[in-house]
Amino acid sequence: MPDEKDLAARVMAVIADTKGIDSEAISPHMALTDLNVDSLDALNIGFALEEKFHISIPDDQLRNLKTVDDAIEGVRKLLAQSAEAAESA
Amino acid sequence: MKRVAITGAGVICALGRNAEEVRTALKAGKGGIAPLQCMDGLQLRFRNGAEIPGYREEEFFSRSQSQLMDPFAQYGLIAAREAVKAAGLEIESPRRGRAAVITGSAMGGQATQDLGFEQLYKRNGSIHPLSIARTMANAAASHIAMEFGVTGPAFTISTACSSATHAIGLAAWMVRSGAADVAITGGSEAPFSPGCLKAWEAMRVVSADTCRPFSRDRSGMILGEGAAMFVLEAEEIARARGARIQAVIAGLGMSSDAHHITHPSVDGPARAMQTALEDAGLAPEQIGHINAHGTGTQVNDPAEAAAIRRVFGEHTDHIAVSGTKSMHGHALGAAGALEMFATMVALQDGVIPPTINFTEADPQCALDVVTNAARRQETEFALSNSFAFGGLNAVLALQKGNG
Repeated sequence: MPDEKDLAARVMAVIADTKGIDSEAISPHMALTDLNVDSLDALNIGFALEEKFHISIPDDQLRNLKTVDDAIEGVRKLLAQSAEAAESA
Repeated sequence: MKRVAITGAGVICALGRNAEEVRTALKAGKGGIAPLQCMDGLQLRFRNGAEIPGYREEEFFSRSQSQLMDPFAQYGLIAAREAVKAAGLEIESPRRGRAAVITGSAMGGQATQDLGFEQLYKRNGSIHPLSIARTMANAAASHIAMEFGVTGPAFTISTACSSATHAIGLAAWMVRSGAADVAITGGSEAPFSPGCLKAWEAMRVVSADTCRPFSRDRSGMILGEGAAMFVLEAEEIARARGARIQAVIAGLGMSSDAHHITHPSVDGPARAMQTALEDAGLAPEQIGHINAHGTGTQVNDPAEAAAIRRVFGEHTDHIAVSGTKSMHGHALGAAGALEMFATMVALQDGVIPPTINFTEADPQCALDVVTNAARRQETEFALSNSFAFGGLNAVLALQKGNG
């Protein structure tokens, strides 16, 4: 699993790329609304994160995404879950 | 200006295979939503849909006919046959050029396209030569025109979830203006193909449970399939031939949100309702019932409730509102046609079909929702709302007929 800092940077890069903004302009504490992320952008970002990290984001989790940090934490948890599932399999 | 009479209706959807079956089911508050039979091992976040139960094309078409038609065109033709028969209409050769066919479809022949692309990408195979003819969104209109010998204006409107309402409204305007004497119009849709289901899943608007319009715990829409078609005639011509006038299309209102490709607005829908009232020459206080767009998503229903209140003010509390997608599902380009049928039933029978699956009122949707059981109420005028992705809105105003 990637280290925390690297994961945060990768998630922020996905958000920046999807939204078409400079990744330098994004920091974890920012609200997605500060980045002008609307409901459709959130769908796009969710999809891009799923593709990038090979995870499946549940509907309610995506709906409750409010900050950049929510996205980083969400991806981290889903990666931990799939690693756990892989170990127990 | 001529008044526009509905003299025939035909329906096929999850609630039944003809108008009488669907009418009975709508008034009984019967649910058409069930586990999808078409999933075939497909991994989806949702499992329910409103499919036509046990549909078999061979019951309606010969092999040579059915191979020309995707299910969406088949449903359209089945409904048109019933509507023309119910209207008692013979479109004789001198009148054929004065007859029109206007249909709505959001997605066209999805199953055909999906199958063709699967052959191509997964099996490196060839695509069937009839794929284009089956997929094109105007296929239903063309088959209806061929079957009934209609040689006047014929075309298809594709405005996502407003397709059928735009189609019916324009057909009504053509009859009203004298551009056509008679029109066969409505909408049809068949969205249950793997590619289409996965695309709807990716939008995250489909409920994992069921469709509960205006209910506090609503969790999304449920896809549906089917068709409703109507015969429209100038009222004076219909009366002269002694036809039963099931309802009158009194007005059409249209607007564009010019706002967002998927997020609903309050302003656009409100202007569409207002314009429908103006087109029909009605005061807001004359409307007794609205068949709402009511998708059951978190964002649609409060926006629609706010739009209704903006147009009707205090009279909002005296309008019985129903979201019948809770019964027949969201049939996309056919939705407006199925819902105009439900609205017509409310006017004809003095029984307003309910919003089923409703559990708890939502203060954000402060409307007089007809919940779970039909309501007896005589109504003279009603609206049927359709608000599409892309912000394209269409509203029909209907008046009770004479039978």
